[in-house]
Amino acid sequence: MTEAADILAFRFGTGLPLTPGAPQDATAVLALLAGPDLAAQAFPTPSPDAVLEVFARVSEARRVSRQTQQKAARKAYGKVLQEVLAQEQAILRAQIARAVDTQDGFRERLVAFWADHFSTGTRLRDHRALSAARMDEAIRPHLAGRFADLLKAAIQHPSMLIYLDQTASRGPGSRQAQGRKRGGLNENLARELIELHTMGVGAGYSQEDVRQLAELLTGLSFEQGQGTVFNPAMAEPGAETVLGRDYRGKGLAPILAVLDDLARRPETARHLAQKLAVHFLADQPDPALVDRMAAAYLAAETALMPVYEVMLTDAAALSPKMNKARQPFDFMSASLRALGVDGAGVLRMAPKPFERLIRAPMKTMGQDWGQAPGPDGWAEEVTAWITPLGLAARIDWAMTVPGRLVSGGMPDPRDLARRALGSLASPVLLQAVARAESPREGVGLVLASAEFNRR
Amino acid sequence: MLNRRLFLKGAAVLGCSAAAHPWLTTVTLAQGAPALGENRLVVVILRGAMDGLDAVQPLGDPLFARYRPSLGVQTGALPLDGYFALHPKLAGLMPLWQAGELAMVHATSTPYRDKRSHFDGQDILEAGTGLDVPQPEVRDGWLNRMLQAVPGITAETAYAVGREALPLLAGAADVRNWTPDQELQLSAQSRLLLEQIYHDDPLFQQAAMEAMEITAGDRDASGAPMLPAAGKRLADIDRLAGFAVERLRAETRIAAFSLSGWDTHRQQKGPLGQSLSGLERLFLQLRSGLGGIWDRTLVVAMTEFGRTVAENGTRGTDHGTGGAMLLAGGALRGGRVLGRWPGLDETALYARRDLMPTTDVRAWAAWAMRGLYGFDRAVLENAVFPGLQMGDDPGLLR
Repeated sequence: MTEAADILAFRFGTGLPLTPGAPQDATAVLALLAGPDLAAQAFPTPSPDAVLEVFARVSEARRVSRQTQQKAARKAYGKVLQEVLAQEQAILRAQIARAVDTQDGFRERLVAFWADHFSTGTRLRDHRALSAARMDEAIRPHLAGRFADLLKAAIQHPSMLIYLDQTASRGPGSRQAQGRKRGGLNENLARELIELHTMGVGAGYSQEDVRQLAELLTGLSFEQGQGTVFNPAMAEPGAETVLGRDYRGKGLAPILAVLDDLARRPETARHLAQKLAVHFLADQPDPALVDRMAAAYLAAETALMPVYEVMLTDAAALSPKMNKARQPFDFMSASLRALGVDGAGVLRMAPKPFERLIRAPMKTMGQDWGQAPGPDGWAEEVTAWITPLGLAARIDWAMTVPGRLVSGGMPDPRDLARRALGSLASPVLLQAVARAESPREGVGLVLASAEFNRR
Repeated sequence: MLNRRLFLKGAAVLGCSAAAHPWLTTVTLAQGAPALGENRLVVVILRGAMDGLDAVQPLGDPLFARYRPSLGVQTGALPLDGYFALHPKLAGLMPLWQAGELAMVHATSTPYRDKRSHFDGQDILEAGTGLDVPQPEVRDGWLNRMLQAVPGITAETAYAVGREALPLLAGAADVRNWTPDQELQLSAQSRLLLEQIYHDDPLFQQAAMEAMEITAGDRDASGAPMLPAAGKRLADIDRLAGFAVERLRAETRIAAFSLSGWDTHRQQKGPLGQSLSGLERLFLQLRSGLGGIWDRTLVVAMTEFGRTVAENGTRGTDHGTGGAMLLAGGALRGGRVLGRWPGLDETALYARRDLMPTTDVRAWAAWAMRGLYGFDRAVLENAVFPGLQMGDDPGLLR
């Protein structure tokens, strides 16, 4: 008999075993999320200022290196780049440590979900820490708040402005475009803002809406040393009409107004509800549930808690049929949790073993952390993750790596099966584990099993 | 996110045109051969922009040496047709040239212009679209769209080899993806137990069986004669080629992978030489490994754009426009440098700095596919490469 708490830990959390006081039902899961963000306090990441400071230095070092083409300049750039990558690794370690130790697993899963919804890739390694930093800076503070605020924070984050070329977008009638005859409007952010972040592709908007929104967004930019700014010299003068409504005025005000309006659209409600249900429940979720989630969103003025509540209290939330696959990040943190490697242990690992045993394997499983293939983020379908290559990488890791992570010898595979799977372990699996030739292979079977990899 | 506009457009076009195809004879299918017949196509994406002017040097143009005083042109390059000469690090390909199994296309490019970004250039190269379609809307690659036009394709028909994402083969048609460096060494007992625990989960069962099957093949190879083991640097190429050979000797008809290391901004000689040696090794391994099948094979190596005609201040070259493409295979009517040579006079250059592209890379790929598999022009020009004008038949194949 599967227990509700175990199912919740798989479907909405970061895995088993549960620690004392862990949530036993949906109400408790939501109560934790509404409370303080203890995991972030326990495992802090580099401050926004520290990230911006290193980013400013690496950009300058790159410029000097390219301009002078001198060996010393190249070396100097390489050194700052190492600082960037160290910051990025610190952020990744904190993410894993939080997932491994927390009771409030739904929060961690939502961080990954919304960070993916607002994916920012990096064309240069220079941007890696900045991109990773948006998780704590723009996403975490708004998980349990209103989507309108989450949207504003994510869109205004420097990593988004850089990734979707907003920093290069100038209104055709702006002072800068008029002066230098170079550069013009870039629609990238405007298009993804409508197509991916809010209304969804295929919703009722036109190319003219995209263009008008792009003109409205001009001026929103990033400056070294200052962060996100509004630069009037890049802004298109005059009013814009987006989806039938006029926006005018100076500075950020009309931009924030259009973000508010986009957040409140029924198409947005439907798009977000569908994405949440697809991520947490099934590749083809129940349309009636999606409708109810969307309705809750609109009734609560884009507040997210009521949407989560509808999803978590639906019968599908406790269905024993596990439709989805743990993505490699979730597989990795759940494996560490099951193996008894705690957050402090994750932080203690030396950089090289961390890269070799934790980070690189996630990439071989198909998820190069922080490097989603496009602004639409990682694939959702279970078939995108459980491929021959992806599953082989999981099996290979499960069979070869755990022994190097645990101190004090391999756990008894039968104990591990109970710790990692609780009531979800099938009799067939328990039998197979008991018949493995060695503890190493038994542990491998547990972590490679379909039960462990589905959620 | 396959439900984006271009994908829908492409699929709709394919839907109508695929039905009426003369090349899709029931005979081929009834014989149990894969729907593509016996010919093999290998596509290699050279990431980073290969310097075509160094690989295939226009020594017949007196201006060339002046543009490149310190890159070592003319030293050791091997004469091809009296005008062009082959980079010395490709010397091992001369027997192919003499046998008519090697050709180059010079001054060719995708429709991408001016911004010269690797990212965007590769996106367009692999998407196979023109500039009329904004890149974020393209979610499948041209080689996948070609497969979508062929009923009866199985996953085994096409392989994306390597760990790196290969947008070229991404899309709705089922393809396999494997990399020879993924190990899966299991004891017989573990294998048996895995089979048991996956027994009731078809998704896991199928993925695991396929993975075990592929890796089992790794160990006892196909008995294809491969060249003797090379140094460490070329070992990766050997594994890549060996894996592709093994698949192509069986049911696979399409293999694609990418080679990096072509972005040679400074001290070009060393790194470019290494990359060319790798490419040479790849061609030679495929030829030797494929044996008799080589006669039914075409290898196409393409890059996102060319590099500047003049060398820069650090003995390298910067991002340019017109580039070169390499073709090899026993199916090829080679021994030719193809394309229209635009000349190197400053007024003949693109933006007064780059080799002027005179042909579209996609047209060569389209003719290759038509030659190998008999596709209708309409399929190639509308669905595989939407908006492409293929132009006259260059007669690529024997």
